[in-house]
Amino acid sequence: MDSVLAGFVRALRAAGAEASTAETLDAARTLALMGYAPRADLKAALGLVLAKSEEEKCLHDQVFDLYFSLPPEAQAAATEAAAPSRAGPPRTGDERIDALLDLADDRRGPAGAPGDALRQALARAARAAGVDEIRFATQAGYFAGRMLVAMGIAALEQRLAERLGDERPDAQAEAQALGAARERLRRQARALVQQRFELFGKPATEAFMTEVTVQRALGRLAPAEMERMKAAIARMAKKLAAHHSRRQRRLLRGRLDLRRTLRANAGHDGVPFTLAFKQRRRDKPRIVAVCDVSGSVAAQVRFLLLFLYALHDAVGELRSFAFSNRLKDVTVPLETLPFDDAMALILKEVGHGSTDYGQAWADLHDRHWDGIDRRTTVIVLGDGRSNGTDPRLDLFAELAARAKRVLWLCPEPPGRWGSGDSAILSYRPFCTSLTHCATASDLERTLDEALEAYH
Amino acid sequence: MNEAPDTATPSGLASIEAVIAMLAEVGYIATRPIATALYLAHHLRKPVLIEGPAGVGKTELAVSCARALQFALLRLQCYEGLDDNKALYEWKYGKQLLYTQILKEKIGLLVDDADTLHGAFARLAGFQDLFFSREFLEPRPLLQAMEQRGGSVLLIDEVDKSEEAFEALLLEVLADYQVTIPEIGTICARVPPLVILTSNNTRELGDALKRRCLHLHIDFPDAALEQRVLRARVPGIGAALLAQLVAFVQSLRVQNIRKPPSVAESVDWARTLVLLHAPVLDETLVRETLGVLLKRETDVREIDGQLGALTRSALAAAGT
Repeated sequence: MDSVLAGFVRALRAAGAEASTAETLDAARTLALMGYAPRADLKAALGLVLAKSEEEKCLHDQVFDLYFSLPPEAQAAATEAAAPSRAGPPRTGDERIDALLDLADDRRGPAGAPGDALRQALARAARAAGVDEIRFATQAGYFAGRMLVAMGIAALEQRLAERLGDERPDAQAEAQALGAARERLRRQARALVQQRFELFGKPATEAFMTEVTVQRALGRLAPAEMERMKAAIARMAKKLAAHHSRRQRRLLRGRLDLRRTLRANAGHDGVPFTLAFKQRRRDKPRIVAVCDVSGSVAAQVRFLLLFLYALHDAVGELRSFAFSNRLKDVTVPLETLPFDDAMALILKEVGHGSTDYGQAWADLHDRHWDGIDRRTTVIVLGDGRSNGTDPRLDLFAELAARAKRVLWLCPEPPGRWGSGDSAILSYRPFCTSLTHCATASDLERTLDEALEAYH
Repeated sequence: MNEAPDTATPSGLASIEAVIAMLAEVGYIATRPIATALYLAHHLRKPVLIEGPAGVGKTELAVSCARALQFALLRLQCYEGLDDNKALYEWKYGKQLLYTQILKEKIGLLVDDADTLHGAFARLAGFQDLFFSREFLEPRPLLQAMEQRGGSVLLIDEVDKSEEAFEALLLEVLADYQVTIPEIGTICARVPPLVILTSNNTRELGDALKRRCLHLHIDFPDAALEQRVLRARVPGIGAALLAQLVAFVQSLRVQNIRKPPSVAESVDWARTLVLLHAPVLDETLVRETLGVLLKRETDVREIDGQLGALTRSALAAAGT
């Protein structure tokens, strides 16, 4: 198969648009059918065959533009190198060096960009030097050096060193020309390595960084990592939503629905050719999130709410409550305002005051009890530290009995449960599950289980 | 049944330009990506999955393609609960029962002179093949597509409304373009049909089906393309009105409404305005006919306040 296509598919996979082997074979057949030109048609055709969703199409377009075009730095380097007007590069008498000088001076491409001969030489050298293996930006210099060596720069450098040592004016002029040629080649090689890094190295590093971020404790994220975390959470939520949106109705094979069978076979004189089975209609999940927004838990609350609202396509109904010493319904700001503004508003209005769990359950009972029924999952996010107030276990027991499940997410490690003013162990018997939730993957797992219960 | 497939390419699918020309003849203005998709679908023998908002011409593409190539159009509309009885084939139970009843006496006569039970069984064994033959088979769209001799276009509409079990069935059929009926045998497609699947993205389709197909996304057209489409679909429209109309619809799509008007709706609106003999757009006319473009009450109310401004900017953009 074509090495150009193989490189392109590898770049696609590195960028995250999965192109399977079957699709690559189809792409090869497409190329055999259509050839490489014109470019717009090729882009459309490869997009049809290799990219199978909106996201993948965007990625595909980006990677295509990057892969099949000249690196912008190369163009700039070629045009800005001021060439004194002369007939051609000086001859040194050594074939290899002359060939290199010809290449360096090759500006026959459009708008002074490097011509075909130089591009091909660079591509060959890149393959020989294994530039596609680049992973980190810091390796650029190393790979550029290897490329130049593959192109045969050693001979030129040796000659340059000789000429520099020589005092005669023509030798000096030759040394200058050699130096300029070497500089041009080096810049071209560097530009190519940079482009390959953008294609192959950078996406791999990004993926690695995201993976690391997802495992870090939510409370200790630096501001720079927040954006990456948000993107990662959006992706996880989308995956969960896609997984749980299917199967609205489950067929209970084996339990015959007599009435519908008879109805369906009325045309066959009652002989049951077509069988109808009983079906169970699946409820759409209803989630109520109750979050303690005092200082220690604030970071986790942010991410839990982000996750839930990213999931809201898969969830039938989502209501959120925030409390510290009083409970407040925060569904409306979260739905109408942009997320950061809503969080700021919530923290401002509710976040002051010492935490009182008993009062929170009492407020929930007084005003929002109807929102919780046997189809609702209640997710409580808090550390259970109630500052010594009455925990109102009776109301919590009633809540647990009323709802389908109660999941408690605690940001503290299990070793600290029950220490000090933590009342969490007394709430534990009533919860369906009490888990330590510190990282984004913990959140994902809990929500996956919560939604799984509705299948 | 299992003959070698016929691989002649119709002239309309010989190249991308030929596809565009062929579709233009029946009034469907295709962009290059759409034409490329059809071209590859035929030559690579792969189905095309078309996604996009409602009303941009996904179904219309299949219909126009069938009409232009003079193939039969077989249409399978998907819904939840669609199974292989409605999609592949079904036995004509009623007919089988009826024939059995009518021929009861004849069958009795034929089996009569067998002395042993074994002999009677041997006689009956032959009858089963008669009662489960091609005559009693009711082919549904998928099987019909396999059986067409002159080539066909198989349109599987709104495949995202079906269930996962149906996707598995589709995969099996689309993989080798053959259908296996246990009682009769395997029916291979003599001329593999051109398969077009449409989806409104109400749910994620299974990976296996998506990977098997070529994936085409048709979005709302830009101004130039929309003008060409309207000129092809509504021949009597004046150039000035056309320009203003298109400018207005394009500006409407970027407003904050739930359901932006699609190509089908702009075609309807153009036809309405031509029927009303309107020479140019003005605010009252737009207000009266807005129901053709916007189908939701909330959207109409939302736009109502800005109608004057939008009309004026559309007139300005069209250069009058």
